[in-house]
Amino acid sequence: MPRLILRRLALLVPTLLGLSVLLFLWVRALPGGPATALLGERATPEAVARLNELYGFDKPLVQQYVTWLGQLLQGNFGVSTRTGRPVLEEFTNRFPATIELTVVALIIAIGIAIPLGYVAARRQGRPLDHLTVVASLIGVTIPVFFLAFLLKWAFAVNLGWFPSTGRQDPTMVATHPTGFYVLDGILTREFDASWDALMHLVLPAIALGTIPLAIIARITRSSVIEVQDADYVRTARAKGLGADRLRRRVILRNAMLPVATTIGLQVGLLLSGAVLTETVFAFPGIGSFLANAVFDLDYAVLQGFILIIAVVYALVNLFVDVSYGVIDPRTRATR
Amino acid sequence: MSAPEVYEVPSAPLDLGRADDEARLAGASHWRVAARRLRRNPGAVVGAAIVAVFVLVAVFAPLIAPYDAGELPGRAEIRPTYIPGPSDEYLLGLDRYGADLFSQLVWGARASLLIGVLSTLLGLLGGILLGGLAGGLGGWTDTGVMRFVDLLLAVPSLLLAVSIAAIAGPTPAAIVIAIGAVQVPIFARLLRGSMFAQRGQDYVLAARSLGLSRRTVTMSHVMPNSASPVIVQATLLLATAVIEAAALSFLGLGGGSPTTAEWGRMLTSAQSELEIAPRLALWPGACIAVTALGFTLFGEALREALDPRSRKR
Amino acid sequence: MVKSWKLVAVSAAGALALTACAASDRDADGGASDAASGGRDTFIFAASSDPAGLDPAFANDGESFRVARQIFEGLVGTEPGTADPAPLLAESWDVSDDGLEYTFHLKEDVKFHDGTDFDGEAVCFNFDRWNNFTGILQSESLSYYWQKVNGGFATSDVETLNGTGKYDSCEAPDAATAVVHLKSPLPELVSALSLPSFSMQSPTALEEYDADNVTGEGDAPILPEYANAHPTGTGPYTFDSWSPGEEVVLVANEDYWGDQGQIKRIVFPVISDPTARRQALQAGDIDGYDLVGPADVQALADEGFQIVNREPFNILYLAMNQANPDLADLKVRQAIAHAINKEALVAQTLPEGTEVATNFVPPSVSGWNADVTTYDYDPDLAKSLLAEAGKSNLTIDFNYPTNVSRPYMPTPEQVFTAIKADLEAVGITVNPVPDPWNPEYLDKMQGTSDHGIHLLGWTGDYNDTYNFIGVFFGGPSNEWGFDNPAIFQAINDARYVADIDEQKAAYEAANAELLEFLPGIPLAHPVPSLAFKDDVKGYPASPVQDEVYNVITLGD
Repeated sequence: MPRLILRRLALLVPTLLGLSVLLFLWVRALPGGPATALLGERATPEAVARLNELYGFDKPLVQQYVTWLGQLLQGNFGVSTRTGRPVLEEFTNRFPATIELTVVALIIAIGIAIPLGYVAARRQGRPLDHLTVVASLIGVTIPVFFLAFLLKWAFAVNLGWFPSTGRQDPTMVATHPTGFYVLDGILTREFDASWDALMHLVLPAIALGTIPLAIIARITRSSVIEVQDADYVRTARAKGLGADRLRRRVILRNAMLPVATTIGLQVGLLLSGAVLTETVFAFPGIGSFLANAVFDLDYAVLQGFILIIAVVYALVNLFVDVSYGVIDPRTRATR
Repeated sequence: MSAPEVYEVPSAPLDLGRADDEARLAGASHWRVAARRLRRNPGAVVGAAIVAVFVLVAVFAPLIAPYDAGELPGRAEIRPTYIPGPSDEYLLGLDRYGADLFSQLVWGARASLLIGVLSTLLGLLGGILLGGLAGGLGGWTDTGVMRFVDLLLAVPSLLLAVSIAAIAGPTPAAIVIAIGAVQVPIFARLLRGSMFAQRGQDYVLAARSLGLSRRTVTMSHVMPNSASPVIVQATLLLATAVIEAAALSFLGLGGGSPTTAEWGRMLTSAQSELEIAPRLALWPGACIAVTALGFTLFGEALREALDPRSRKR
Repeated sequence: MVKSWKLVAVSAAGALALTACAASDRDADGGASDAASGGRDTFIFAASSDPAGLDPAFANDGESFRVARQIFEGLVGTEPGTADPAPLLAESWDVSDDGLEYTFHLKEDVKFHDGTDFDGEAVCFNFDRWNNFTGILQSESLSYYWQKVNGGFATSDVETLNGTGKYDSCEAPDAATAVVHLKSPLPELVSALSLPSFSMQSPTALEEYDADNVTGEGDAPILPEYANAHPTGTGPYTFDSWSPGEEVVLVANEDYWGDQGQIKRIVFPVISDPTARRQALQAGDIDGYDLVGPADVQALADEGFQIVNREPFNILYLAMNQANPDLADLKVRQAIAHAINKEALVAQTLPEGTEVATNFVPPSVSGWNADVTTYDYDPDLAKSLLAEAGKSNLTIDFNYPTNVSRPYMPTPEQVFTAIKADLEAVGITVNPVPDPWNPEYLDKMQGTSDHGIHLLGWTGDYNDTYNFIGVFFGGPSNEWGFDNPAIFQAINDARYVADIDEQKAAYEAANAELLEFLPGIPLAHPVPSLAFKDDVKGYPASPVQDEVYNVITLGD
């Protein structure tokens, strides 16, 4: 297993290098050229000169790239033109919020989708199954920002069950040792703060989790159907394996592999969806910050965030791949 | 946000290129068999109906819409705190600027169809180019192209679209290019996988052994036989394109003026009117969702019809 | 009081930061959160962004000023509900006949939050501090107001600022008196001193916390400890904490010289999205917020929320860039003016109570002229003017900002749409050019000549005509694209006329001349609105946002 992880990590390097080349070229393709794009149009000549010195925009392209990569490796992702703060700092400040949101969204999605998909498969062709299929279709096609919007309007504004925006009640005074608010409240024994943070997470997490929920439910359903009709299941049944053990040992375990793949694939979807969901709920994570960067054409932030997100995305996918080995020993040999 | 990642797993069996035995035996009637299966599938019928209505409305927008796109017939009736609702004159009421909501929705269908079709064509073209290159030539070309494709897939789709739109500037063309570009790696991968699967098939080996060149075999046999998964994927991606176009407009990348009849844009500006006129958000939102649903239903049904092995799903 | 086009720079910037490390410390203020949930002595007012900093001498945006008003006081305040100067830390003042010597008689027994005395020496310390800013401290993003009002610094590397200021010196003959000497008359001085930028700050604290040690660059200055965590004034509230992107918290100054009032704690949560602010109020999370959208006013009132209007002290205008040859033709500019139905525009897109504008200054400013040339809505006249100019097939670029709401321009997209329709009705082809407000839009309008007609406006800082037309037409600029030395001269001469009545006449004449020349079209003076929970009483709405919360009462 450790060798597998190392090999996969090694494979990650060329991907990230390639991506960095693309992003490097991207900034050069932006209207106004790299200095204007990274500093904004109001940049003083001195600031432009300093940036040129730092990145060597007047040098040959290859040399520029190497210089820039060197800066990246030292953690220098540039400075946001909107806030004047380092891009890396902006990212690390907001990332816990987005992690918290996506994790809760994923928990909701998996927690509902797998039982739902399983039950639907076991009752294939009955009303509940049809309902699941139709609902998951609608779940996949509803635009996430529209759904976020409906949820907020119905449950926050009209019914007032949940807060409409942010991560924490503005009147709440709480300490945040980790930046994960729900966890912070538990660590510091400020349980009211934890509860409050959790309530702020409910609506955005549902909005964000709906599409993954629909997808995972569909895959679970079809995967279970496939497995329960498979020869080895019939064989097992014929050999007299009990219903409970059959369900647990054979069907669920074998059906989970494509489901795990699917869950891994949801990470990209969640990060895309976070941009829109966080914007609607004014949730202070990386998504809403990115959306604002888009509005204000803050290219330094776009470049840095996309690169960091790609790294995170790749690492998560690596984790998912490795976890197959745990679920299904057969894949170990082939990878 | 329905990102393209969504459809990767459902399309996996198509990647393997296991064509329908029944259909292959039937040869040319492959498509006729598929059409018969489609007619028997209620999902396909509903999906086709939605798609048909959408396309008709988009094509005949000038005949259906009582007012021009962006025309403001009710401008004088608008007040900051009041937007007139449905009436005899305005079927669904007015919008914030005094445009007829119904007309704007109709013209918006046209915009969505244009963006959806153009971007998917663009994605298809790029995908055929890259995928064909990789699948047709193999070897180092294949490795190089697929590495590039993996690279593009390493960025969450919306971010990729946003980055591309940022270079092109805030215009509808930028949205088409951005969404098309996001689809390129998906089509490329699909086509390559499909072509590789075809390659081992008996008829390809037969053609090769008859002395036909690799290029001829690729162009006249492998590519056409790889078409059905691509068509399915294109239909499904049309749904994604409609939603992604709305999302990019929602993020302010669509350009145009406030009265531009485009669903995503209408939804964005309706946000601030939610209190006094929720219908301004509900209608365009519903239009996006229903259109995407139509393409998805139809695409799924098409997949089942072309590949009965996946029918259970 | 807002340097309008800088505000959103910060408001967009402050969008939704959150910090893991700069968390507020619950132990520091004991049972504050209990008090918040129990009695109603906490006032929660949504800010649209973080303050740029807590040192008001380096601030020029509305959100920084909003916080500074609670912590600091200046020599001069405003009459409640107006923009007119009124005594504050100075109980009275005398101005010498030549307009060069200002004697301020100070309020006694006032202490700064750090326990040091407020006295004549402290006043002079502040004046000398402002005048002796050097290097980066002189950049417009920091000491904007001293630079604009005084006209320069003691010394500067920049030629036009080097020793060019009106301020000469300050002396404190006794603890209760401060005398300011000027080099030449500056009639707007007393009005200008009501700006938060000219607040009195504790000399001891300024020195202790290194207040002038600003590093970084002009566009992205890094503020010292003082401006981040130790603002020290004389006001009714003292600084408690600031979590960037989240909130600023202030608590009552128990030793305040005046009436402390009911509110013991103020929280300014940062909510950058206007819709989110409204929904936070509806959900009960906040007590009030600023810049209520015109569309929300009625709905909020219907739900039982209070709407409080400020006296409008602003101008929304349509600028016509004369660098564009078509717009350099006076007939074309007149045609555009006659084509626009201002009454309908105001009724359809601007808040109730908004007045149509005729001058580039609001009526409450002394230089406002009732008899300027007006341009009535007359599409036929507009068409014939265009025909006379030989421009019947005119095509123009129309620039407008997106995704922004300013007090003078709450709904730019709607105003744009209405004017576009009016212009198209007289046969002008309009080419829409939207840009994100900051920095693209402002940079393009003010830094380049690449624009046609565009929407912009201004909220006044204090009651002074120059603060409006001097800002717009004090000299040649990219925004307007014309060079008319006679007009520039008239406005700049009027600024330094020491006699109030003579100055008023001079400003009125300048306004008349402007409307004849028609560089742009004054559209309206939109009413800015705030919204509150129904039990918030006595909010001191002020045209220049001189709003201090110790006069507010909460609960029944």
